[in-house]
Amino acid sequence: MMLHSKLSSNPAKNYTVATLVSVGKHPKSGRPRRSDQDSKALELALNMDNRSVHVIHAGDSSDPLRQSVLREYLGMGLERIDVTRQNANSDAVPALVERLKMLQADVVLTGSRAESGEGSGMVPYLIAQALGWPMVPAAVEVTAAGDGEFEILQALPRGQRRLLKVRAPFVASVDSAAAESRQTAWASGQRGQLQEMAIGSNPDEVMSQVTVEPARKRPKRIASAKKAKTAADRFKAATAKSASKGGAILVKESAEEKAQVIYDLLVSQGVINKKK
Amino acid sequence: MSDLIRKDPRKDWILRNRLHPLHEQVAAEMNGPAAEVRGPSGLIRRNPHAVGFIGPNGIKRIDRLGGSAAAAAGAKREQKEEQLPIIAIDAPQAYVAVVVDMPNGELSAHDKDVLGQARALADAAEDTAVLAVVFGPVKAALGTEANPDHPLGLAGVDRVVVFDSEAYQGFAPEQQLEAMLAVERTLEPAQWLFPDTHLSGNDRALRLAARLGERPIMHAWQIKNGKVTSRGGSELTDITRELASARILALASECAMPVDEARYEARVIASPAVPDVLTRIKDAGAVAVDPNQISLGEAEFILSAGNGIHDWDQFHEAARVLGATEGASRVAVDDGFMPRFRQVGATGTWVTARVYIAVGISGAVQHLQGIGSCEKVIAINTDAGCDMVKRADLSVIGDSQEILAALMAKVQADGAADGDEGKHDVA
Repeated sequence: MMLHSKLSSNPAKNYTVATLVSVGKHPKSGRPRRSDQDSKALELALNMDNRSVHVIHAGDSSDPLRQSVLREYLGMGLERIDVTRQNANSDAVPALVERLKMLQADVVLTGSRAESGEGSGMVPYLIAQALGWPMVPAAVEVTAAGDGEFEILQALPRGQRRLLKVRAPFVASVDSAAAESRQTAWASGQRGQLQEMAIGSNPDEVMSQVTVEPARKRPKRIASAKKAKTAADRFKAATAKSASKGGAILVKESAEEKAQVIYDLLVSQGVINKKK
Repeated sequence: MSDLIRKDPRKDWILRNRLHPLHEQVAAEMNGPAAEVRGPSGLIRRNPHAVGFIGPNGIKRIDRLGGSAAAAAGAKREQKEEQLPIIAIDAPQAYVAVVVDMPNGELSAHDKDVLGQARALADAAEDTAVLAVVFGPVKAALGTEANPDHPLGLAGVDRVVVFDSEAYQGFAPEQQLEAMLAVERTLEPAQWLFPDTHLSGNDRALRLAARLGERPIMHAWQIKNGKVTSRGGSELTDITRELASARILALASECAMPVDEARYEARVIASPAVPDVLTRIKDAGAVAVDPNQISLGEAEFILSAGNGIHDWDQFHEAARVLGATEGASRVAVDDGFMPRFRQVGATGTWVTARVYIAVGISGAVQHLQGIGSCEKVIAINTDAGCDMVKRADLSVIGDSQEILAALMAKVQADGAADGDEGKHDVA
C-alpha cells in the first residue's frame, strides 16, 4: 500500500497537514453530503505518518443540515473541525488564507473541484498564489521523504501515475482516483467539536450576477450532415458507420513475420517502448 | 386506320432509358419542344412538360440531380480535390490565444474544437488572429513561412508560438506558466482559451488565472450570443454569464465545430524571451502501474481473449509481457476462463483503449459495439471471414498460440517489455 518504505528507516520530523473540507452535493439527488474528493483528501492526510491533521471548513454553517455533513467528517475519527463562519454566497478564499497563515501548516490538501456552486477548481490555486507556495494537482498519495521533502503520486488519465517531488510547504489537490475514504461513525461524529472562528466574509459579487439553472442536456453533435448538399449525401452522413473499412490482412506469412508486423504497430502507437 | 393510336414500343423504351444515345432526340419529338428554348423575343422559354421522363411504371420522374446519380457522385469527387481557400491576416491588431494540448505532438479532436471556437471569436472581431501556444515538439514540421497545409493551418491557426526546449517537457507547470506570462506581456491576447482537460489545459488555465488575478470560466460548453454557459459543481447546474466578463476560458470538448472551410497561415512567430524559473515541483517520471489494476474502461492497451484461446496460461503471460490490460469476450467469461468484470462489449464494459488486440474473437455485434471507440484494432484469428477481421485495422490469420509466442519472443528479445521490475503496487 505504501509507495516507499524509506519512511520507517528515515523518520521525518512532525509536520502539520491542513485539510480543507466543504459541504458536497450528491450528483444525482443533489442532497448535501460529505464531498467525495474532500473526504479522500482527509483520508490521505489521516494515513500519513508523524503528522498532525487540522481540518478547516469555511462556509455558511448555520444550517443544521450542513452541520450534520461536517459531523460526517468528524465521524472519520477527528476531534474537531475549525469552522470559519461565512455568509451565504461569499468568497471563502480570503478567510481560508488567513486561517492557514495562523496555522503555519506544511501541507495543505484540498479536493480538486467543489461539488456545489461554480466548481471551477480555483480554490487551491488561489490559496497557493496567496501564500506563495507551489501547487500540485491530482495527488493520489503523499509521503514524507525526510528533510521537508515530500513525494507525491499524481493521477494521470487512463490510470497512469507520475511521481513528483516537492519541498514543504505546498498545496496539493486530491484526485477522485485516490483511495476511498473510510466510513464515518455517527457517534464519534456527535462527540467531535465544531470550533467556530470569526473571520470576516467577503461577498462574491461575480456569482451574484450570473444566472444558474438546472443543467441542460448537451446536444449531440451530428456528423457533418449540415454540410451535405443533396439528399443522398445527408442519407449517407446519417447512416455511415464510423468503423474502419478493414485494414491489412496477413495470411501466408510465417508466425514470426506476422508477430513482427504486430510488434511494429504496437511500437508506432507507443504502447510498447523500444529500449534503445 | 388513321384514328387508331399507334405506339412505337422502341421509342417508348428509348424514352424510359435516359442513358440511351437517342433519348434526348426522342424526348424532344414525343414531348414537343425541348425543356428550354430561346423564344422569338430572345427570352428563354421553359416547357414544363418536357422536364423529366416517364418511369417504367408509367409515372413521371423528375431527376433533380441534373443527370444521373453516378454523374453527381463524380462531380462531388472533383469538388473534394478542389483546394480550400487560404485566409491570411497580415497585420493582426489583437489575438485570441489557444494553448493547445497536442498530446504526442498532434492536435486532438478537443484541440480542434477549441480552435474552431477561437476562430469564431476572432472572426467576430476585426483584425484578430488566432494564436496557438504549443508546449513540446510538434510532430509535423512547421516551416518558417506560412504553413496552410499543416494540421495547425487546417485547424484555423494564424500564428504559432512554440516552446519546445527541454524545460517544457514532462510536468513543468511553473515554466509553462512563465512562458504564458511572457506571451501575455508581449502579445496581450484579448482572450485565452484552453481545452478543459485533466492536468493539461485545466491546470494551465487555473495557474494563469490565479497569477493574473483573473476570474476564469471553467468547464464552459457553449458560447452563444455573447454569453457563456458552463457546468457547475456535480454537473447539476448550468451557469450563464457574459463572455466579456472573463478573459480566460476552459472549454469542454464539442464546444464548437472545428474549422473545415478554409486554410489559415499558421505562421511561426518568434517566441518571447522567458526567464528561467526555480522549479519547485520536480518531475521524477512515470511510475509503472500494473496494467491489470487499471479499470477496463479507461485502459489504453487491451489484450482480449475469446473462444479461440486454448492455452490460457500463455495468454496471461502474453498480457504480462506486453504490459496490456486483459479483456475477454462473453464466451470466454461464460466458460469460466475469465472473471465477469473483464468482459468487453455492450453486455460488459465499453472500452476506450487506443490499441485493442482481439485474440480468437470472431466479433459478435455486442462486442464490436463495446470496442467502437478503439482507435487501432488488431485481430488474431483463424477465420479470415469473421466480423472482427472486417473491423480490424490489422488482421493476422493463423494459430493464435504460435503468433502470441512469436510476439512474446520478439518483445523479450528487443528488451522492450515493461516487465514488473520497479513496478509499484498502486491500487
